[in-house]
Amino acid sequence: MTPTLMWTFQGMCCVFQMMKSKADEEDYWNSSKFKAFTFDDEDDEFTKLKESRQAVNSICGLVEEEEDEDEVEKVSWSGEPVGSEGISRFLSDSETGSGASASSPCVSCFLLPVSCRYLVVGQGDGVQPARAELPQDRHDAVAVSLEKFRSLQEKLLLLDEAVGVHDGNVITAVLIYLKKSLSKEVLFRELESRQTALRHFIHYLTESKEQRLLLELYRALGRTEDEALLQYKEHLRITDENKRRDFLKSCVSLPFSPEDAGHVQDHYTLLERQIIIEATDRQAETGGKVEIFQKFPRRASILNMPLITTLYYCCFYHYAETEGTYSSPANIRQTFRIAEKQYFVTALAARAKLKAWHDVDALFTSRNWLGFTRKKSPLSFSRVADILSKNNAPVQVLQEYVGLVDDVELRVALAQKYKCHFIVISTYRDLKDRQLLLGYRGKVERGSEEERKIDELLSNPQIRWKN
Amino acid sequence: MAHSARRDSPELPDFSVLKRLARDQLIYLLEQLPGKKDLFIEADLMSPLDRIANVSTLKQHEVDKLYKVEYKPVVSTSDQLCFLIRPRIQTVKWVCDVVNADKAAGKFKRYKIIFTPQKFYACETVLEEQGIFGDVSTDEWAFYLLPLDEDIINLELPEFFRDNFLEGDQRWVRTGGSALHLFHSIYGPFSKVYGIGRCSKMVYESWREQVKEGEQKARQAEVGTVFLIDRDVDFVTPLCSQVVYEGLVDDIFRIKCGCVEFGPDVTSSDKSIKVMLNSQDKVFNEIRNEHFSNVFGFLSQKARNLQTAYDKRRGMDIKQMKTFVSEELKGLKQEHRLLSLHIGASESMMKKKTKQDFQELLKTEHSLLEGFEIRECISFIEEHINRQVSMIESLRLLCLLSLTENGLLPKDYRSLKAQYLQSYGVDHLLTFANLKQLGLLVEQQPGETLTVMESKMGKLVNDKTAGKLTDAFSSLAKKSNFRALSRRLSLVPKSDEEYDLRVPRDMAYIFSGAYIPLSCKLIEQVLERDGWTGLEEVTRLLNGHEFAVTGSNGADLRPQSDAQRIILVMFLGGCTFSEISALRFLGRERGYKFIVLTTAITNSARLIEAMLDNHV
Repeated sequence: MTPTLMWTFQGMCCVFQMMKSKADEEDYWNSSKFKAFTFDDEDDEFTKLKESRQAVNSICGLVEEEEDEDEVEKVSWSGEPVGSEGISRFLSDSETGSGASASSPCVSCFLLPVSCRYLVVGQGDGVQPARAELPQDRHDAVAVSLEKFRSLQEKLLLLDEAVGVHDGNVITAVLIYLKKSLSKEVLFRELESRQTALRHFIHYLTESKEQRLLLELYRALGRTEDEALLQYKEHLRITDENKRRDFLKSCVSLPFSPEDAGHVQDHYTLLERQIIIEATDRQAETGGKVEIFQKFPRRASILNMPLITTLYYCCFYHYAETEGTYSSPANIRQTFRIAEKQYFVTALAARAKLKAWHDVDALFTSRNWLGFTRKKSPLSFSRVADILSKNNAPVQVLQEYVGLVDDVELRVALAQKYKCHFIVISTYRDLKDRQLLLGYRGKVERGSEEERKIDELLSNPQIRWKN
Repeated sequence: MAHSARRDSPELPDFSVLKRLARDQLIYLLEQLPGKKDLFIEADLMSPLDRIANVSTLKQHEVDKLYKVEYKPVVSTSDQLCFLIRPRIQTVKWVCDVVNADKAAGKFKRYKIIFTPQKFYACETVLEEQGIFGDVSTDEWAFYLLPLDEDIINLELPEFFRDNFLEGDQRWVRTGGSALHLFHSIYGPFSKVYGIGRCSKMVYESWREQVKEGEQKARQAEVGTVFLIDRDVDFVTPLCSQVVYEGLVDDIFRIKCGCVEFGPDVTSSDKSIKVMLNSQDKVFNEIRNEHFSNVFGFLSQKARNLQTAYDKRRGMDIKQMKTFVSEELKGLKQEHRLLSLHIGASESMMKKKTKQDFQELLKTEHSLLEGFEIRECISFIEEHINRQVSMIESLRLLCLLSLTENGLLPKDYRSLKAQYLQSYGVDHLLTFANLKQLGLLVEQQPGETLTVMESKMGKLVNDKTAGKLTDAFSSLAKKSNFRALSRRLSLVPKSDEEYDLRVPRDMAYIFSGAYIPLSCKLIEQVLERDGWTGLEEVTRLLNGHEFAVTGSNGADLRPQSDAQRIILVMFLGGCTFSEISALRFLGRERGYKFIVLTTAITNSARLIEAMLDNHV
């Protein structure tokens, strides 16, 4: 018997056996005297479970029997690497026999790689089968055997059995068959109560890019948010910015959660603005009239950048614009409800990058009602110093902010890190720590202003040193 | 530095057999297409292939030209094309395009697809749908086990993680079972198998099924104990910054298939070099498991020793010099080269880490693990996001926050998500949906509605259905019970005690003494207790699915036998180098030897990247 025929035969046997066992089952219930004793609520569920389990068991029995009959088949399949002598030496005592008897008696028998089986058969006989025949044979085998499952009940039993053996490959194979042989409505309905199978199906559709069917499935299941997200994801495929913007606009009305709907709306608004800003700025750049674009040519287009990148861009190129323009940072801040801290960090980084220290200073300055100015920041001053130093701010600028750090230890550490010597010196003076000051004298340059300052302090009789 | 191993530590089995096995099978498959042929190799199979065969091996078996699969039209003139690929629909579609293009041009060629480690029915359906079923022959190369090192075996299946845990696709379960089966058939029989996690259980069952038929002959086992663990049992550990040398190198330079590419900043030349990182590298072998803070001291000591060894040649006579050159110099030069590489790597890593305020980052992580000053942590993460520091890093911290706090407060969740989308793009909506699905980043549920509903439903239906329901619920929102687990298993040592990283006292050293990896702690506890007894509360918090099987079939059950003390730990969904280091430490302490069998080497970046969906 050739393997191919064998599998086809087995497939039919499965069906046959399944039907038979169902008949047996019915006989049993019909003749049973104990029927009245079943638990009312769970009766249906229980019966069905039992029924399919029996069917499955009987299939298992059948498969095992089959194997004993067909020894060739048993040696032929191997989940192990097959091939050269070197390998067989290691596997000789652990060769495990037929895969058909393995995890998935009923279902996976269709899916075992026939080619592998052939390889060994061929070897043993000293005959190489013609390769070209293999796939076709295999194909026929699968088609014939699966198509034997005609009634919905058989199909579902097949599916449940596949799920039961935990082999995703088999589950997907059955699903592919069910997809071909059941109407969408029926398939979707049945999948709803079969979570594992459903997830396999969704993954299969995702991988084979069957977008439309997947959307229908989500809709049928009432998974509206998944449906919306999947549709929204499509925008990534659209490269033309105007088409993408229009597509995003259509996404706004999709059934997102209220929170996500807001984000998608923002996405649309942002791209719409980016398109306008990009067009204007490109023109300005090529026109050569606007100084900032000459001094700092744009490295990339602003299209499809995140909101904060856009804000940074606008803080860089359009900082002074009045609130009325699309590209004004203030307008962006307001339109997209950007948090104070977030706005602050971005503006700070952009202005620091331009070395516009005056703007940086202005960001922090607030006037109280007496007209005095003082520095305020939604961000800790240590973080401010960090951002400034990363933008290569000079010591004069840095020390102003390092000096505002409240925590003395942190202030000294930062001052040392950024070489703000005067901050270190004045902090040590405030601490009245002569020893530390003396120690620091060795770290500053000889004959520098810092050294002079230290000497001046050390010789100041007014200071009451603590050590 | 050199930890004194317990004298009775057993020897590890020899894994080179596995390479030979895979190579022989590949050769056999190539010969199934006799004559000259061009070979197209999937990009992520190149490195694994490199480990077991070289170009000349392929050439010997009539492979003419080698190409990388790039999803572009091919320019091969050969009349036989062979494709060595993973069973992915996308790749198969590309092969179909190639074949159909040839057909349209009236070219007749022979095609063969070798799927590794196995083929999937869905792939063959593609061949059928594209009308080339029958024009292409297919085969399977059962290349499951790639030994990366003397104690690491890799399946090189990074997609296992996403497919199994996010998509809920069990396609790799059987692969896992087959891999275990192959290992078992060479190094078994196993006498004890422990495990935790849904996938572990399924893999165990798949393996049992595969073993069932061919009863093992009684023979000497080399590996007697197995522990299977799902990655989703412990997400916290792989999301932490790695600070042990090998892990840190992986975090920063990305070790690919046991090999790393050091750029010009490390080599201090204009070239990059690829270096194999394994126990063969004597310098690396001594520092790989060390906390990074010890590495510099060690390397400089090593450099001094080397200098002394070089200096020996001063005052040598000709004859001594001759022996020196022929016997020692080569080794010294080799050591010199390795030493300067690792010093270069350490320097480069130091630079990178100081630049991004590594200390502060670690402090935040440790606070999260400890459940201390959570508000400060949140504002640290917020600033991270505001400043558009690494998109991956921000997500990693958010996930850590969610896992350790059992979800974010709705207010925090909304605000952080909104700021994240503003900083890195709204298309990360898709990423957030994935993270929620997997339970990595979730909103706290008001009250314990979930549990109440579960138990009510549970009473209504019988046990099996209840189990299914629980599964359905846990897949909807897998609860993280990190805090409770941490208390039960004392994962976070008391912070007031000094921790000497040079003389580690427990596995916490791999995280600077701040945290004992949950995954490794579970392994330790189960081995100690010889099962799950006494860990009932822990397994309940981990959503169950634990098992312990003590089989016999001729296996040696004496607990003191060597095979019993060689333990195979199979990570389903990947493990980190830090976890491997922790297990090596545990092994030294307890006289075990651990072999790690993993679907892939992972780290926080890979884990998060697998969740990204903001690309086509």
